[in-house]
Amino acid sequence: MARFGMVIDTRKCVGCMDCVVACQTENDVPVGYARDWITTEVRGEFPNLTMQIRSERCNHCDNPPCVYCCPTGASHVSDLGGIVKVNASRCIGCKACVAACPYGARFIHPKGYADKCTFCDHRVKDGKDPACVSVCPTHCMVFGDLDDPASEVSRLLRTRKWHTLLPEAGTRPRVFYLT
Amino acid sequence: MIEITTTRHNPLVDPHLAVWSWEIPLYLFVGGVVAGLMILGGVALLRLARGEDPRGYFSLHAPLSAFMLLNLGMLALFLDLAHKLYVWAVYLTFEPASPMSWGSWVLLLVYPLLLVSALIRLPEAWPWLAQRVPALVRASDVLLASAKTLHLLAWLNVVLGVALGIYTGILLSTMVARPLWNQSILGPLFLVSGLSAGAAALHVLASLLPPQRPAPQGLIGGAIGALVQPLGPQPPEKATADALVRADVGFLVVELLMLGLLLIGLVTATASHAAAFDLLTTGRYAFAFWGVLVVLGICVPLALQALELAHRIPHTVVPAVLVLVGGFTLRWLMVNAGQMSQIVQSAAR
Repeated sequence: MARFGMVIDTRKCVGCMDCVVACQTENDVPVGYARDWITTEVRGEFPNLTMQIRSERCNHCDNPPCVYCCPTGASHVSDLGGIVKVNASRCIGCKACVAACPYGARFIHPKGYADKCTFCDHRVKDGKDPACVSVCPTHCMVFGDLDDPASEVSRLLRTRKWHTLLPEAGTRPRVFYLT
Repeated sequence: MIEITTTRHNPLVDPHLAVWSWEIPLYLFVGGVVAGLMILGGVALLRLARGEDPRGYFSLHAPLSAFMLLNLGMLALFLDLAHKLYVWAVYLTFEPASPMSWGSWVLLLVYPLLLVSALIRLPEAWPWLAQRVPALVRASDVLLASAKTLHLLAWLNVVLGVALGIYTGILLSTMVARPLWNQSILGPLFLVSGLSAGAAALHVLASLLPPQRPAPQGLIGGAIGALVQPLGPQPPEKATADALVRADVGFLVVELLMLGLLLIGLVTATASHAAAFDLLTTGRYAFAFWGVLVVLGICVPLALQALELAHRIPHTVVPAVLVLVGGFTLRWLMVNAGQMSQIVQSAAR
């Protein structure tokens, strides 16, 4: 089985928010909500500052706390590349998964169920990239199978320096940021 | 320095988590009281079965008031759900990794158990109902006649009471994302707090009707009497009442120790846990924590009850009310401060 992941080159990302708009259009994300977003992080002390711009979303963790805490099995790991998904018709809206996610990647959809990034699995099924990846004007995002050593994501992770978000949470994220 | 700006502004998630409002603290509190009542009611049933307390004080109004309170808690829980029409989905599966799934199934078992436990003495305490539904009297007679059944019911009350009292704390403690909750002591702390609140609830309920008055009759009066009187108009003998106060003193001492362990656990763990410690003890929740929970909710009732037991001051309902205030404050604090608590990013990368 494939293990889908995403690699995002922070040296290329300019924070244009095309990925955010593409996601909202593709997935009919309600106004005022976001499945992906842009984070700008400045580190250091003036004048020695570094800035990183990141396109963030659900990390589709290998060790997903949102799935473990779900009382109905609505939050689950999909057979399609281990994508972490929510089955809306099983979700009771208890919000435990929203609280359990250290990345704040989930929200309660106005219709009542927990919602989040799906890696556009409806597109991935057809062999396409997620909407955010396909529209990126700087091509800073790459989607693929982390278990396939020949994939572009695997190659980038072998050859470039990278980090994940909040590794101290122990969730083993599958969205990697190249530095 | 790390400065983060984000374009995300999802409701109830940003700028900090606020998914749980008043409903969850209320449910956690009521669930804790119900758990405490079940354990104390189980002990009362055991004493009845063993003939140690032939009148079986508290063996009725503990399960009956627990049943009524549980309805309130379940209502709060239901109101909290955002996808209410799908609530049945909880009972289509059992998810062993989810404390909430465990809790849902425990609650399903608690309901009939509390009803059967209350039935043991209900006809005696509520004659109006007994006259109209003779089957209740027969069921009560069958239950009372068998010490084995009483023993079984008593132990079921204790075991399911412990499960109900501890699961809410375990639920919160499994969330790594919230360092304030991520402490294994939280389950036992909630259980002990539930026990002290349960004992306090019995005390408060028993003082709602003046003692020595004839038991209220009829549909409404009889129901109220069964719900709040230890068993009929006669108050329990002093030894039984004192035992309840003594037990509450013990629960409060253990609760205080566990709170201390919680703080030690936080301050000696990671930077994220240390930040949660600051949030609770010196941050915006410090007054609620020290002033309301520790002093007003634990230390003051502890001192008052110790003085009552030493016959220095008369018995009043004040310490019991304070214990209930402290019990609710613990849940309110944990839910609200916990939602603000988050993992602190490491400065190095």
